[in-house]
Amino acid sequence: MAIFKKYENTGKDRSAEDRRRHRELVEDSIKKNISDIIADESIIGKSKDKKIKIPIKGLKEYRFVHGNNKSGVASGSGEEKRGDKISKPQKQQGSGQGGSDQAGNEEGEDIYETEITIEELIDYLFEDLDLPYMERKKLSQIETESTFKKSGYKKKGIPPRLAKKRTMIERIKRKKAYARAHDDFDEEERFPFHDQDLRYYRIKEEERKESNAVVICIMDTSASMNQTKKYLARSFYFLLYQFIQMKYQNVEIVFIAHTTTAKEVTEDDFFHKGESGGTYISSGYQKGLEIIEQRYDPSHWNVYCFHCSDGDNWSEDNQKALEYAKKLCDVCNLFGYGEIKPNYTRSAIKSIYSENIDSDNLALVRITKKEDIWPSFKEMLESDKEG
Amino acid sequence: MEFSINELIEWNKKIEDIVDRLGLDYYQQEFEICSFEDMISYQAYSGMPARYPHWSYGKAYERIKTFYKYNLTGLPYEMVINSNPCLAYLMKENSLLLQILTMAHVYGHNDFFKNNRLFREGTNAEYTLEMFKNHAKRIREYISNPGIGYQRVERILDTAHALKFQTSKVINEKKLTRKEKIKRIKEKYQPQYKEFQLLTDKKDEQMPDLNKIPLEPEEDILSFLIEYSDLEDWEKDILQIVIDETAYFIPQLESKIMNEGWASYWHYQILNELDLPQGMHLEFIKRHNQLISPNEKGLNLNPYYIGYKIFNNIKEKNPDQAEKIFEVRKLERDESFIRKYLTFDLIREMKLLKYDEKKRYYSISEVADEGGWREIRNTLANSVGMNKFPTIKIVEFSKKDNILYLQHEYVGKELKMGYATETLKYMMELWGGPIHLETIIDNEAKKIICDQDKEITVKDS
Repeated sequence: MAIFKKYENTGKDRSAEDRRRHRELVEDSIKKNISDIIADESIIGKSKDKKIKIPIKGLKEYRFVHGNNKSGVASGSGEEKRGDKISKPQKQQGSGQGGSDQAGNEEGEDIYETEITIEELIDYLFEDLDLPYMERKKLSQIETESTFKKSGYKKKGIPPRLAKKRTMIERIKRKKAYARAHDDFDEEERFPFHDQDLRYYRIKEEERKESNAVVICIMDTSASMNQTKKYLARSFYFLLYQFIQMKYQNVEIVFIAHTTTAKEVTEDDFFHKGESGGTYISSGYQKGLEIIEQRYDPSHWNVYCFHCSDGDNWSEDNQKALEYAKKLCDVCNLFGYGEIKPNYTRSAIKSIYSENIDSDNLALVRITKKEDIWPSFKEMLESDKEG
Repeated sequence: MEFSINELIEWNKKIEDIVDRLGLDYYQQEFEICSFEDMISYQAYSGMPARYPHWSYGKAYERIKTFYKYNLTGLPYEMVINSNPCLAYLMKENSLLLQILTMAHVYGHNDFFKNNRLFREGTNAEYTLEMFKNHAKRIREYISNPGIGYQRVERILDTAHALKFQTSKVINEKKLTRKEKIKRIKEKYQPQYKEFQLLTDKKDEQMPDLNKIPLEPEEDILSFLIEYSDLEDWEKDILQIVIDETAYFIPQLESKIMNEGWASYWHYQILNELDLPQGMHLEFIKRHNQLISPNEKGLNLNPYYIGYKIFNNIKEKNPDQAEKIFEVRKLERDESFIRKYLTFDLIREMKLLKYDEKKRYYSISEVADEGGWREIRNTLANSVGMNKFPTIKIVEFSKKDNILYLQHEYVGKELKMGYATETLKYMMELWGGPIHLETIIDNEAKKIICDQDKEITVKDS
């Protein structure tokens, strides 16, 4: 006769430790491969919706397996003919049933995917940055507003802060005490408030930091900026936006596209509409300054302005661009210039900035390929100023 | 639970009566009722109540859970382990019919574990639970040893797991010691009787170098590492643990189709004799058909389907020999089972086909007709069980420069490059010297080299 063992709720989560370790290893590998992940379009497009999850492959269990030119046997419908082609399906699942060791079931590719949210990803990203230092340098927040918070009671105070309920309670306490002391006390008798009963709210003053920030993305959309360059720029803006969003409650974003003239555009147009024509960088800066002046008073807003271009500015504009760049440095917490060049030629405009602008708020970055994005971003936040 | 434990005991009694009458021979059966969460945990740890910690089990848990969450597999049906008494789990969330079906199915596995040659010779069911418990204890001790710690243990386990299937494909193979091997070689090359000398040309054949390591190409990589590497004793002990556990699982890998086919064959017989109430009978038919259905999507093969069909076919073809199927379950493994009993008729009935993988698609190369069925049968036989894993042998250990030479036995299937290089890196971790692997890529002989800095280079060889 078989033995039956009743169900017992042991309440123990047996695999918790091994799951934690697996997750830890996955996170490590995410950090190592972060540039691949952030340069991937799927995240960038969805930057506004934080709940989007990014599939991350589970850690691979490497062993010798068969790879290409594999043959196999399958059950078909009976209508297949020799030479038929069947497209490769999305990851197939091995049947998970049965009492045997699962390890032999799949041959290679790990099907299961764990998921992390964009927030988590951003957390990993910024974990190894020297944040306190950076905050001092670049994220100095504007302290303007103060708020007050009730915190306890006190006996002296001003009438608007009278704590009525508490005062009532004090009177009742006093009345009860009096009644106990005087047997002949009649509960119905009038028992007026006394100065001693009055209680006031204690107020704690809280300094609140200004929590508005605006990210101004300026991009050269002239003919020379092709999709690849825009794509790199986009990854960069994505990081910047995510980073700023982490620090402030209210973040707005402005897109300015420029050729020889500049205009404010939607995100979609910003990245997808190409325009022909030449390049006056100054036009973009001018527009930026205009928008800051009209809508984002630097005494209330933390302004982050970042300009991406391939550096092919028309030389007659260089002087003007420099002038505006200096102005932007003055009004922004950070003014960044990112030069996106798939090759290693140097452009005039970057040298002009580095030679002529002496401001802690300036950051110069160059990006040649997608692997540069994260290191450049880190460098921008960490370095004082690139020479 | 929609039923009481007494109901289960009642049904089990009926099942056991039938099982005895049908002639199954099984270990004492033990059923443990568990929850959904427990079931996933058991699956992640291959059913063992105790097993050593490793992240791969955490990963398995997450994967299995994700599958259930997205309904990629059915219910956690059955989990039964090869032990005596035979331990099986019943998930309390399942319906009463599913419990009955599972119990009947489990008796089939139980009989298979007790009687199939691979299990009889390759495992010791009496000590299964003890062995896994003991391994877990030893590894936990290494982890908590301040001189060793978690990360160093994990490093060994990672490598051991990567190499665990690079072992002998013969179950319960008798391992000769180096001394015995030398003796055998000497005997083989000793001068033969004079009278036959004229008949043989063996005169000039040279005796192999008796100082060579290994004497003959060695398949069992982990055992080789234990014998010849500079690992510490505790590290070798961990490798041995992984070798022993793998040896326990190999019979299951080698008999997946037979084992599931056998259990499905019997649960079907048993439930038909059980006199189920009508509602339950319908549920049974539905579940049974799900379980043994061919996979309709993608290029898959359901082991339950194939195994069930073949056993039924054997039974039908041998109406006078009741013993026949019992013999088959005793003697065969998936590979031989398929070679002997997967007939043209069955292949046609199951509409099997052979496909070749190309870069972007699969191409159907054989279909179930007169000209194709043998190829289909052979391809299947060559890809089941341990045949899934490439054969890689250690051909030489060069002591002078500490290089290990490996040879991939190419049988028309290439190694997956990314996996091979990572596995070599793991191996290099423990070996400590360069490793050269000879293989064939795109019909050209190549040598993959992993040097001491874990740099990989691929050369023509």
